[in-house]
Amino acid sequence: MPDPISSTARTRAALLAPAMAILIFAAAGPLVIVLIYSFLTPGDYGGVVWDFSTDAWFGVLAERDFFTEELSWADAHLTVFWRSIKLSLLTALLSFIFGFPTAYFIATRPRRSRDIWMLLVMIPFWTNLLIRTFAIMELIRNEGTINTVLIAMGLVTQPVQMLYTEFSLLLGMTYVYLPLMILPIYASMERFDFKLVEAGYDLYATRWQVLRRVILPIVKPGIVAGSILVFVPCLGAYVTPRVLGGGKQLMLGNLIELQFGQLRNWPLGAALSLTLLVIVMVALIFYVRTVGTEERSHG
Amino acid sequence: MIYRIATLASAAALAAAGAAQAEGELNIYNWGNYTSPEMIEKFEQEYDVDVSVTDYDSNDTALAKLKAGGHGFDIVVPSGNYVPIFIEEGVLMKSNPNEMENFGNVADRWVDVEFDPGREYTVPWQWGTVGVSVNTSVYDGDIDTAAVIFDPPEELQGKINVIPEMNDVMGSAIHYMGGEQCTTDREVLKKVRDKLVEAKPHWLSMAYGNIERLANEDIAATLNWNGASMRARLQNEDIAFGYPQTGYSIWMDNAAITADAQNVENAKLFLNFIMEPENAAMLSNFARYANGIEGSEEYMDEVMADAPEINTPDELAEAGYISKNCPPEAQKIYSQIWTELTK
Repeated sequence: MPDPISSTARTRAALLAPAMAILIFAAAGPLVIVLIYSFLTPGDYGGVVWDFSTDAWFGVLAERDFFTEELSWADAHLTVFWRSIKLSLLTALLSFIFGFPTAYFIATRPRRSRDIWMLLVMIPFWTNLLIRTFAIMELIRNEGTINTVLIAMGLVTQPVQMLYTEFSLLLGMTYVYLPLMILPIYASMERFDFKLVEAGYDLYATRWQVLRRVILPIVKPGIVAGSILVFVPCLGAYVTPRVLGGGKQLMLGNLIELQFGQLRNWPLGAALSLTLLVIVMVALIFYVRTVGTEERSHG
Repeated sequence: MIYRIATLASAAALAAAGAAQAEGELNIYNWGNYTSPEMIEKFEQEYDVDVSVTDYDSNDTALAKLKAGGHGFDIVVPSGNYVPIFIEEGVLMKSNPNEMENFGNVADRWVDVEFDPGREYTVPWQWGTVGVSVNTSVYDGDIDTAAVIFDPPEELQGKINVIPEMNDVMGSAIHYMGGEQCTTDREVLKKVRDKLVEAKPHWLSMAYGNIERLANEDIAATLNWNGASMRARLQNEDIAFGYPQTGYSIWMDNAAITADAQNVENAKLFLNFIMEPENAAMLSNFARYANGIEGSEEYMDEVMADAPEINTPDELAEAGYISKNCPPEAQKIYSQIWTELTK
């Protein structure tokens, strides 16, 4: 006679199996491999030798000068870390500056036209990343559209150097990730009751006060979510810095790729990837904390 | 009725042809934008073989893929300095092209090469040099010097590109500072590092894609391959190619059969085929590099015959050195310099 309890347990286990398999093989498994590789010795021509070593982790933050033999901070890596974090934060900020008014605008349209506006935001997002990046490049290069127009109008005599600067990186990444900011802000604004704004005005609040004291606190989770959604992929960006940064402004993604390619140091590449993961985790914990306390204080 | 029978007959013929084609296959794994489609078509027709070409962008990529196995490629085209690694890693088949019918066409210089003594694995594909391309309307001084890149004249500052190939850049810089390729002399390497770091602010970018950017005048000078420089010149006649007197590297890419090739006989036919002067010339006419096959010159386009990018001036021939793969201890130091340079 079948035992009803163990049969339910079996069914449950069977139903859970696909999800568990995905978690183990697609998430935990690869991470474990990366972790193991980061503790191995680089092979002479790429790949790894199965000898335990902590050199890779040591190399993430420190280096020994080949000439003076002096031990110092790995200045190059720190520069790249700092640039990645700085540009990702700036991209999130720029996306907010452009994304917030856009989301506000869309959320205050009549219900029927909102979908059309959202569609306009989404269409570029469905286009291949490489194509969008090359399109930006075509716009801002020396003989590109913008410079040609500026010169034809007589505003400048020499082309303005925009490509291969931090400006071009910021422009490219903001353009690429802007929809990820607009969407969550719009989602939280759509549920926002605009009668509250009228109430604010009735109580003699200025426009600025309404924005700061009424709208912003309520859509804050959307803003934080959008910032994280922009910040995280920016940190690992690879294509945009490579195409628009001209190889002179490495970001973390490019530094990691370099280890698996020309520099043939897979363990260091693995260690750098995990470092990137740690930075992302820190950002996510920050997100959970901020939004978490926010909801409690309103609750 | 007759029409219908004819249709049936031709359909049957097509089906038969399709079956025959499926028997003859050849899968080539090569650098992008490097294989003459015209030559592939000729090979397909001559031997009734279905050819497919897949691209890669670096020797390291190709090696990693071949080592992983299950790739299905029959032919691969590693650079000379990587051939010993490919052989050591066991991804190439010892197919003895030196016994093939057309091997006699290989120019003497390229028969007994250091990277494949006696040519037991590989045959020449294309060869070229790493020099500098300069837009002479921007700078009209001497361009047979790496100073154009490492100590740039004012006219060129901020308009320079450097290809992000560590071996090529390090080789040029080491020779410019008076060393030899693959040196581990720390005094020289310190000077190299200081020079590179000092020069970098004058560079606009470190990126590939030289041909269009030179032709469009987005950049005015670049460390470059000779064939790419020529392709830029054909679009913009101000682009000239210089051979640095302090030393420039000479490389050769070589076709070989992969160790686990599925279509060995067709691959052998192919190696023999590209050593035929007329076919080698097709490769050169497409990629604009020399090929190392004697007698191919007469089949080349007229623009190739007296191209300064292809015909090294005699007085500068001495400065060329065959590019080697540097041992791991050199590679480690170069990696450090490279990271510091590109950061």
